[in-house]
Amino acid sequence: MSMDVTETVDVKGQNCPMPVIKTKGAFEALAAGETLEVVATDSGSVSDIAGWADSTDGAELLEQQETTDNGEDVYKHYVKKTV
Amino acid sequence: MSTETPAGSETALSAEQTAELLDRIEALESEVADLQADAGDDSNKMVIIATKGTLDMAYPPLILASTAAAFGYEVTVFHTFWGLEILHERNSKNLKLSSVGNPNMPIPNVLAALPGMDQMTTRMMRGKIADNNVASIQELIEVSLESGVDLQACQMTIDLLGYDETDFYDGVTTGVGAASAFQEMQQADIQLLI
Repeated sequence: MSMDVTETVDVKGQNCPMPVIKTKGAFEALAAGETLEVVATDSGSVSDIAGWADSTDGAELLEQQETTDNGEDVYKHYVKKTV
Repeated sequence: MSTETPAGSETALSAEQTAELLDRIEALESEVADLQADAGDDSNKMVIIATKGTLDMAYPPLILASTAAAFGYEVTVFHTFWGLEILHERNSKNLKLSSVGNPNMPIPNVLAALPGMDQMTTRMMRGKIADNNVASIQELIEVSLESGVDLQACQMTIDLLGYDETDFYDGVTTGVGAASAFQEMQQADIQLLI
């Protein structure tokens, strides 16, 4: 599916707690209505980013995708800033 | 049911009872106002007391602190005793594992006590940290400070261990003690001793 992504954060190769911290940093810079894409290889990022979005005002988790890139598991997260 | 008033009828209160109820309402209202004032700002706060200076024990406080900051928490980490090593710029790059008394080590205690064993197990651990793309202690200190985490070095133990304020990373708070840590803990939602 295509999504209107404003900004992409690449945290491939980085492990806990970095995906959440980088997500938070990039999310802060978004304007309301914009969507952030986070690309990670850390499998823990699926529950971590979901939990972060759930607890963060104005963050809406649109979708999480699990894909494979060159035999490596890649996790894509889409977070929208609603306010 | 015999003493009940019939449904729909009004229960008459004496003037005295009414006054009593009004007084009670007033008291409760002022209590609620006090509680609301106390709850004042709705920002969340976490305080961690970091007391350990081995490589494995340096991670949990920094990972939790930086993560809580990403959740919008105001975070203070109060480093005392060996926890100071984490903030000590030179020593933090050379934190070690303790092989003795660590049942998770692949070697028995009697061998773990041999000279050089801590260096060996530490090297193995550092290799694993690098292989698994786990951030270094320096990186975690950096992101913690960037996220607004207040990393504090206990003044009493700085003096006790013969350190100098300048030995610590830029941005580390010094000149703090148990009372200021306790005061922050009083106001915090989460307090952890690590």
